[in-house]
Amino acid sequence: MQFPIYLDYSATTPVDPRVAAKMAECLTLEANFGNPASRSHMFGWKAEEAVETARRQVADLINCDPREIVWTSGATEADNLAIKGAAHFYVKKGKHIITSKIEHKAVLDSCRQLEREGYEVTYLDPAESGLITPESVAAAIRPDTILVSLMHVNNEIGVINDIAAIGKITRENKVIFHVDAAQSAGKLEIDMEAMQVDLMSLTAHKIYGPKGIGALYVRRKPRVRIEPQMHGGGHERGMRSGTLATHQIVGMGEAYRIAKEEMHVENARVLALRNRLLEGFRDMEEVFVNGDIDHRIAGNLNISFNFVEGESLMMALRDLAVSSGSACTSASLEPSYVLRAIGLNDELAHSSLRISIGRFTTEEEIDFAIGKVREAVAKLRELSPLWDMYKDGVDLNQVKWAAH
Amino acid sequence: MAYSDKVLDHYENPRNVGKMDDKDVNVGTGMVGAPACGDVMRLQIKVDDDGVIEDAKFKTYGCGSAIASSSLLTEWVKGRSLDEATEIKNQDIADELGLPPVKIHCSVLAEDAIKAAIEDVKKKRSEGK
Repeated sequence: MQFPIYLDYSATTPVDPRVAAKMAECLTLEANFGNPASRSHMFGWKAEEAVETARRQVADLINCDPREIVWTSGATEADNLAIKGAAHFYVKKGKHIITSKIEHKAVLDSCRQLEREGYEVTYLDPAESGLITPESVAAAIRPDTILVSLMHVNNEIGVINDIAAIGKITRENKVIFHVDAAQSAGKLEIDMEAMQVDLMSLTAHKIYGPKGIGALYVRRKPRVRIEPQMHGGGHERGMRSGTLATHQIVGMGEAYRIAKEEMHVENARVLALRNRLLEGFRDMEEVFVNGDIDHRIAGNLNISFNFVEGESLMMALRDLAVSSGSACTSASLEPSYVLRAIGLNDELAHSSLRISIGRFTTEEEIDFAIGKVREAVAKLRELSPLWDMYKDGVDLNQVKWAAH
Repeated sequence: MAYSDKVLDHYENPRNVGKMDDKDVNVGTGMVGAPACGDVMRLQIKVDDDGVIEDAKFKTYGCGSAIASSSLLTEWVKGRSLDEATEIKNQDIADELGLPPVKIHCSVLAEDAIKAAIEDVKKKRSEGK
């Protein structure tokens, strides 16, 4: 086992060796280093060929036309391009946008920017399960709504939104539907031919590809238009200028190819490991899984250990690389906005741990993690006055705290 | 986020973790912070007839720096008089533990806790008289 044990696959993933090998073929003088836009020589043609192969590999994973894939520097850029791009293009139709309170900051902050420009944004509340219901989307749509942006899978709690059902509603209402699939591509079946999704953000680094590369799916039938955000040489049909990074793109293509091939087997293995992990905490008191356990990707476990604070838990779990929804671990002293939005009270939000497993996680690592977590929780509860009070039967909601 | 060795030491080898009988007139209890903030410290001191702190115990719900701050405080106040203990400044705690700016508030909370405990025991004793 390599310490610390990596259990933060939702944050990023190591590049698969097969992906790294493909990328290395696109770097040096002897390799495929040319500019894919160089029309006049072999260097350019070969690079372009590699890019188009990768484009097809990405399109194959989500069952779409390769011409619908626009390369970007990642899902954040894809979110920006989709949201600002669509909002600006369709401004004459309306200025109302719908999203949710638990979207990734790339979506939330893009919406904030649009608010500064005079757009109106509705931020939907998730259910306690963490899911955004199609009904809530339908209820929020107005005659001047032009865009709905919702994530497929939430990065903190791993829950899966029913984007097929939501797509039906947006299509009926002639509203553009953007989905951030950063956490779902390669983990869940995505069929763009069947789903009525107009724009979709994709990334490589959550699915064993390199960081710094992603894509935006832009539907051709019916045609969706977006205003470009990166101006320059007119690359990617004018939608995103900038020399294409062959090695990055090839990496993303290979990662997506592998994901398509291995998704089902991998999901089964990862799910078994996650179930094993959860089993390891089954007999502990005051332990809560955050978010719907059924509509959830296999690798995510977001769990709160009541009366133990998240950062101290992470310090106690130095041998594990995990993340927490605790205030202390975010730059501000505010606990996770996702956990707050699903109704978690402050103690549970502060006490949460996100453990995410993936391709290279072993059973041995899971068993080690279980042992460490149990030990740390027991020790920190010994230190905790709140655990004391709970054991004494004190109702913590009734206590008058002397906060400052 | 790297933890200083001193902060880690207080977690690995906690000193004076525990609970005293808060009904005892010689025990002062200071409970500060709130779960909403992610920091709750309970500091207790046992004071002898000469006004000297003969024992101290703590329990803290909070990050490593909060645990270390309160733990350190219990070490420092043992053997000190109530007046001396009141003089302890949060900056002393922060300096000793090497707390980064974002964690200074943990030491402030610890200072609040000892002051609350001292006030509590003084109040109890003056009422008892």
